[in-house]
Amino acid sequence: MRALDKLNRRRVLKGMLAGSAVTVGLPILDCMLDENGDAFAATGAPIPPRFATWFWGLGLGEGNWVPKTAGADYQLPVQLEPLKPFQKKMNLFSGGEVFLDGQSNGTHFTGVQGIMTGKVVGTGDYSNSIDTVVGNVIGNGTRFRSLEVACDGDPKACWSARSDNGRQPAEISPHALYARIFGPEFRDPNAAEFAPDTGVMVRRSALSAVKERREELMRDLGAADRQKLDNYFTSLRALETKLDVQLQKPEPLPACSKPGELEEEKKQVLTMATDAMERHNLFAGLFAHALACGQTRVVSSAITAGMSGLLRQGDSTNHHTYTHEEPVDATLGYQVKCAWFQSLYMQALHDFAKAMDSIQEGDKTLLDRMVVFAFTDHGAPRLHSVRNYPIITLGSANGRLKTGMHIPKPGDAATRVSYTVMQSMGVALGDWGTASNKVSTPISEVLA
Amino acid sequence: MTFSLWRGLAVGASLFALSAGASAADDAAGDLPLSLRLSPGQYKQIIADVFGPTISIQGRFEPEIRTDGLLAIGARSVSISDTGIERYDDMARGVAAQVIDARHRDTFVHCKPQAANAADDACAKQFISLIGRLLYRRSLNENELGTQVRVAAESAAKLHDFYAGLSTSLAEMLISPDFLFRYKRTETDASGQRRLDGYSKASVLSFFLWNSVPDDALLKAAENGSIHTQEGLQRQVDRMISSSRMEGGLRAFFSDMLGFSEFEVLAKDPTFFPRYTITVKEDSQEQTLKTIVDHVMVRRGDYRDLFTTPHTYLTRSLAALYNVPLPEKTDNGQPMHWQPYTYKEGDPRAGLLAQASFVALYSPAGRSSPTARGKALRENILCQKVPPPPGNVDFKFVQDTSNPQYKTTRDRLTAHRSEAMCAGCHKITDPIGLALENFDSAGGFRTKENGVVIDTTGELSGVKFEGPIGLAKVLHDDPAVVSCVAKRAFGFAAGRLPASQDADWPKIEAAFKDSKYNVLELMRRIALSDVVYTVPARQVAAAQK
Repeated sequence: MRALDKLNRRRVLKGMLAGSAVTVGLPILDCMLDENGDAFAATGAPIPPRFATWFWGLGLGEGNWVPKTAGADYQLPVQLEPLKPFQKKMNLFSGGEVFLDGQSNGTHFTGVQGIMTGKVVGTGDYSNSIDTVVGNVIGNGTRFRSLEVACDGDPKACWSARSDNGRQPAEISPHALYARIFGPEFRDPNAAEFAPDTGVMVRRSALSAVKERREELMRDLGAADRQKLDNYFTSLRALETKLDVQLQKPEPLPACSKPGELEEEKKQVLTMATDAMERHNLFAGLFAHALACGQTRVVSSAITAGMSGLLRQGDSTNHHTYTHEEPVDATLGYQVKCAWFQSLYMQALHDFAKAMDSIQEGDKTLLDRMVVFAFTDHGAPRLHSVRNYPIITLGSANGRLKTGMHIPKPGDAATRVSYTVMQSMGVALGDWGTASNKVSTPISEVLA
Repeated sequence: MTFSLWRGLAVGASLFALSAGASAADDAAGDLPLSLRLSPGQYKQIIADVFGPTISIQGRFEPEIRTDGLLAIGARSVSISDTGIERYDDMARGVAAQVIDARHRDTFVHCKPQAANAADDACAKQFISLIGRLLYRRSLNENELGTQVRVAAESAAKLHDFYAGLSTSLAEMLISPDFLFRYKRTETDASGQRRLDGYSKASVLSFFLWNSVPDDALLKAAENGSIHTQEGLQRQVDRMISSSRMEGGLRAFFSDMLGFSEFEVLAKDPTFFPRYTITVKEDSQEQTLKTIVDHVMVRRGDYRDLFTTPHTYLTRSLAALYNVPLPEKTDNGQPMHWQPYTYKEGDPRAGLLAQASFVALYSPAGRSSPTARGKALRENILCQKVPPPPGNVDFKFVQDTSNPQYKTTRDRLTAHRSEAMCAGCHKITDPIGLALENFDSAGGFRTKENGVVIDTTGELSGVKFEGPIGLAKVLHDDPAVVSCVAKRAFGFAAGRLPASQDADWPKIEAAFKDSKYNVLELMRRIALSDVVYTVPARQVAAAQK
């Protein structure tokens, strides 16, 4: 794939110049860890798991991407070849389905609703996505409850949504994300000295004044308005937490290093898939640093919107249009132009994993301590299908997830993959999902 | 004074008085309508109105949700996310820092602290009560005022700076729910009926007509109860419509109705559309809004004529996009950025739908889409719903440009409509959209596609027509066009669509017709109607679920 190789060199160079996309973190010294290498010796606190969701639009095509064999050492399909270096650290799930239970198939939405929230409801309701469920278990007390990005310029393209305050708008600019995480408010956990900032103390105190008025505000509101106000106060608590964290001396995190500053981009909304990939890699670098520096434990990324309007240089037809109109190549058995986009996105997923894997935390890498849950909106996008979803996980959840396998589950609920991944992150749920998408047993082959 | 809201505000006036019966204490919890989150446009307009245009706002707002065709209705169902509150916090601190900086503080702080490096409760109270009344759209009660003064005092003491203390207090007010949400509170009137309290009524009115907060005169009408009389209400409405701030309301309404928020995620492939620059993107929105303001407010024109009007405004970049020769004009020796322009009779580039704010906004980045344009026209202009595409569809003909049989978009869509399951929806979108095929994805004018002359015949509601001009004429005579703008204007005011039990609704529609479909008159009638201030029982019921 010559075009991608060329792009990689350019991207790496850009990353090096920006000091962000390619970074090798400092190893955590053995003397700082317990004898198993999984906890800090001084406090006994385990090195925490981390979680990422990673969305790409428009699937992998119509079935030819499913490997012929199950288990380990399977032959990667052409669309997934960019992930070859991580085959041993990933799992590929095929065959899963989102059951509509009589609801209409809201194209580019309903399938994601099922995979990410466990239920299919025709009202367009979308909340309590798996990243936020996981975040409630592993993410409390960090500066940010989670971080979300979208790489094509659409802040609504990311699929993270809380039960308490709804869908999270995604950051679309790496420059802005840098400023948010590593701007003046960032406290380096490895700095020798720490003094709480008076300005932050003042802000923290002022926020309390808003909270004091909560009851007064609630008193004369109807139920729906009270709910809305509750959501507001949940967000306000998150802001308080952020300030609280800034006022405390952070625990040292030797794997943490502050990335170099990023330039402000001229373009906000992107039209080229390759530009989205470059932006994605800057985001991936920032995410890796943010996770290693304890700023958050949950991140979400979308390289495209579901109905991706991204283009290939010199071609006026976008990816979404091609998925519907390009004939399946009789010899190759897939849509060739769509495969170009799919390979690009899988290359981006590889780069995301690489950014995580290049940070060493004790005897494992950051990727080993986390799970990247990669999902898409349609099984066969040409047909708006909600069957045979490709779902990819990368990382082994601090050793709780076995990797390197292809797990075919034809006709099974795709939600079982989401459920299994949540379990690997320590989420204790007896079952998850509703109606036909409800599952109560994980995929045992991959749980360690 | 640039910031008109300060006009008439006198320090020491009765700032804390609530209108008779307006105390929230007697409101039965639950017997209330839904609140609305301030839109980005409203936030910006308020800051400009209260603090002047030199105060800049840095940062991005939370995405909005469109419900029943309007963000103004979707504002009911959105709260504020983690990320959102961080952004509001950043913006608030940025605004507050500017308001109290050395350049601006004397404009807003009408007293001098006893010492610049310490708290001064009396001076802080004066500032907070004045500003708070505008930002919260009501007077602050003693408890609220006390809290804000305390925040200012504590902050001033810690930072050894009176003005920094004020800044902290102001920033906190700017992220409080009283500012970020528009609450509607009810009270019982003399006859025992529930109604919106005066402040809530004033807010509905000012956000509808001005897209911003009430001014002092309107707040006074709320406080002295005159807003509840027909005469008092009419006085305020007439005053507001003749005010220069009315243009802000008209622009906000049409920006919402025409879906301009989608410009935020619009881009074109520069390889194919080098003329579609960021400047053109911004200018195209402004072109449409200028055309509307001129047509509605200056010419007092018929809404239906917006689709055929030859009058518009152009910049050099837009003229290049539309391939229109724009003579160089100067005003006092300075190049004019915007020039009024009138198309010759029969020019297909005349009218609202031929503008890039429609044809480019509803096209993908690389090529035009008659389906997307037809869908947008049905939904935005005619208030008709187009169902989503079904599953298991074969789209192979639609844009297979390599097939010599299908040279134009019309050829490919016709082939696609031969699929029975697709035909139903495409029949209601494509024949309208195909009439606009003279405009490429970026809004540029063309007569051929792949060397073939574009056939722009179309059909709407059984009437066949030719090209953009024919479409505009058919739209002009379609009753759905005027009914739609009336419903949307009502929705923009009330945060909900008119319901069949809204007795005043037919009267509003009739008055709109009698005014020869003048949108200002429509907005005036809506603003004077009781129905926009009532809280339907079903909404209360929904709120209590």
